[in-house]
Amino acid sequence: MRRDVFQAIADPTRRAIIALIALQAMTPNALAENFHTSRQAVSKHLRILTECELVKQEYQGREIYYSLEVEKMKEIDKWLEQFRKIWETRFNQLDKVLANLKKQKK
Amino acid sequence: MKTETNDLLFEFTVDKPAKTVYIKREFDAPLSLVWDAFTKAELLDQWVAPAPFTSKTKYMNFEVGGKRFYAMVGPDGTARWAIQQYKSITPKTNFKMWNVFADKDENPEQHGSDWDYTFSEEKGVTTVRITIYNESFERMESLLEGFKLGFASSLKNLERLLASAVK
Repeated sequence: MRRDVFQAIADPTRRAIIALIALQAMTPNALAENFHTSRQAVSKHLRILTECELVKQEYQGREIYYSLEVEKMKEIDKWLEQFRKIWETRFNQLDKVLANLKKQKK
Repeated sequence: MKTETNDLLFEFTVDKPAKTVYIKREFDAPLSLVWDAFTKAELLDQWVAPAPFTSKTKYMNFEVGGKRFYAMVGPDGTARWAIQQYKSITPKTNFKMWNVFADKDENPEQHGSDWDYTFSEEKGVTTVRITIYNESFERMESLLEGFKLGFASSLKNLERLLASAVK
């Protein structure tokens, strides 16, 4: 569980960036066109995402293309699943407790 | 995210802007039993800690202003203490509490969370709705604030897209 990853995706713009570059590798300029924001602002988000290893850079000529680190995204999915599982386990245990209580009442 | 366990509804959603987690679950038991299972220490301790953890309630006064002081004990014996303080109780319908982690001497941490439980019964099936509101960015709860389940499921779609794009 790496806290920084979750902070990285806590921001709506960064989530939108992830959604976009999941479809295809994009340059910061191309990304900025999709948001009402400056290239600088997009670059800042990309830096955070890169630091958290959620995205990777590739140079093609003079352009930098950003793409998604799929394995890292799966970690987030896994973490959320774990939290949901905790509740599932709890409630399954409660089902058993309730079944016992029902038997005792009869 | 919706899943069916033994045909019993289970919903778990996270609303980041509202800093809130919503949980809804149906139970195949009458309301009075479900209410007891959520409000009596000896019953709570039987289910509230997900195995292999166990729940140990040191004391519990289920009344407005009353408290439950309890620990989640890990398989290695490590205890994580917490305090629940009951803010309002409408018998067999609703109760609200404040939950905060603490040390073994009952000294609470600074930030906690607000919990709201609502119970209703229809045709012998009891529905419990739990709303958890977190005021702080601390600990595990804060991690949840970063995203919604909708986001997780959209990631699944993305994975599929990516898998087909890789081919």
